[in-house]
Amino acid sequence: MAEFRMPSLGADMEAGTLVEWMVKPGDEVKRGDIVAVVETQKGAIDIEVFETGRVEKILVDLDTKVPVGTPLAIIRTEGEAETGAAAPPSEAPAPPPAETVPATPAVAPKPAVVEAPPAGCGIRISPVARRLAQQRGLDINAIKGSGPGGAIVREDIERAAAGAPSPEKKRARGLDLDAMRTAIAAAMARSKREIPHYYLQHQIDVTRCSDWLADVNAAKPPAERLLMGALNVKAVALAARRFPAFNGFYNDARFEPSEAIHVGMAIAIRGGGLVAPALHDADKQPLGELMVDIRDLVARTRAGRMRGSEMSDPTITVSSLGERGVEALYAIIYPPQVAIVGFGKAVERPWVVNGEIVPRSVMTVTLAADHRVSDGHAGALFLAEIGELLEEPEKL
Amino acid sequence: MSDIDIRAVVLEELSNIAPEVDMSTVNPSADLREELDIDSMDFLNFITAMDQRLGVNVPELDYPKLITLDGAVAYLQAKRSA
Repeated sequence: MAEFRMPSLGADMEAGTLVEWMVKPGDEVKRGDIVAVVETQKGAIDIEVFETGRVEKILVDLDTKVPVGTPLAIIRTEGEAETGAAAPPSEAPAPPPAETVPATPAVAPKPAVVEAPPAGCGIRISPVARRLAQQRGLDINAIKGSGPGGAIVREDIERAAAGAPSPEKKRARGLDLDAMRTAIAAAMARSKREIPHYYLQHQIDVTRCSDWLADVNAAKPPAERLLMGALNVKAVALAARRFPAFNGFYNDARFEPSEAIHVGMAIAIRGGGLVAPALHDADKQPLGELMVDIRDLVARTRAGRMRGSEMSDPTITVSSLGERGVEALYAIIYPPQVAIVGFGKAVERPWVVNGEIVPRSVMTVTLAADHRVSDGHAGALFLAEIGELLEEPEKL
Repeated sequence: MSDIDIRAVVLEELSNIAPEVDMSTVNPSADLREELDIDSMDFLNFITAMDQRLGVNVPELDYPKLITLDGAVAYLQAKRSA
């Protein structure tokens, strides 16, 4: 048996509210499947399971706020024999007392999953959404899902019942910008309080890189085109592979370098707010695949469809404000990470090349790094490596 | 497809990108990047949608011609008529 627990989705997350189960007891799940939705200060996060097997038992009711680490469900992993009665593993701690969100104080918390198996198949719908649809006499065939993979979730049913507009007309699901601001404030205040930042900046001639990008994109349909941001992410990831002191976590007074390179990409949320979910294994992905992942990540993040692993896994972060005209940005490290790289706007500058002054496209790259882990000398080499990589984009 | 039809497609796709914006209030001659607060990813998604829905593959060199609503409609109509 394995426990599916409330994950930590950031350094300052202490608890989360379980707002939706996407599975019910008896369902088969495989590693990476989205099985629940958890509301945090950063919004509603789709939570993946990290075991393959069958859901044995749901332990936490909907609309219940529980601390990080609380067992939410029991998963019978592949190969385990049926034992009859579903029970948590003997060593599993009992779920701590839960704080029920008083959204409907006069009503007892609903059972997590109670409905019969679906009569019809082919439509992705969470158990609770199916039950609500049945209760309210709604035809699920006429409801467009806004959940993972287009699944119909409770929010869609409630919206349909209320005759509200389609989700495209609403602000992204689960993105509470006030709560997000509170989370950003807590993380950034902690960062400035605990992390001795040092800052470096480096100017890179990106003329060749821009020309290369234009040539590549000229031969591609729009759906396959690259953005400069993809090159920036890849360059940082490759540089982090060579300079591991900028890739990992500082916890309990020691640095833990990360073998994997998961680049957090700062994504502005419409209307305010900022999230930096992970692009997993960015150093290993060809540019085209990385660009596909970036498009998907940006779209899902702005729609409030982030996944738990994307929130918890970044090992280094990249931020860019070049499109807003900013030439250099000095970012704040997101703890427990130890570095963040900032990209500014590429601007035309007089530049000396082979003894002659020529116009070149120049971009300022900055590094904010944790002085407990690295020094300016290493930081300078790291930035120079990023610059050299961007000057030879065909090697990215 | 008429100008009105193309404008409707353009507005629908822009609305997908900036769902909180009332498209009836968009100044048709204003820079969409500022009017809708869209970035390069949003604009690429818009260009991709125009390719998929209208069959117009807009090269990067022509992006500036689509930076206003009126400009986008005129460009797309011209390309479809060519």
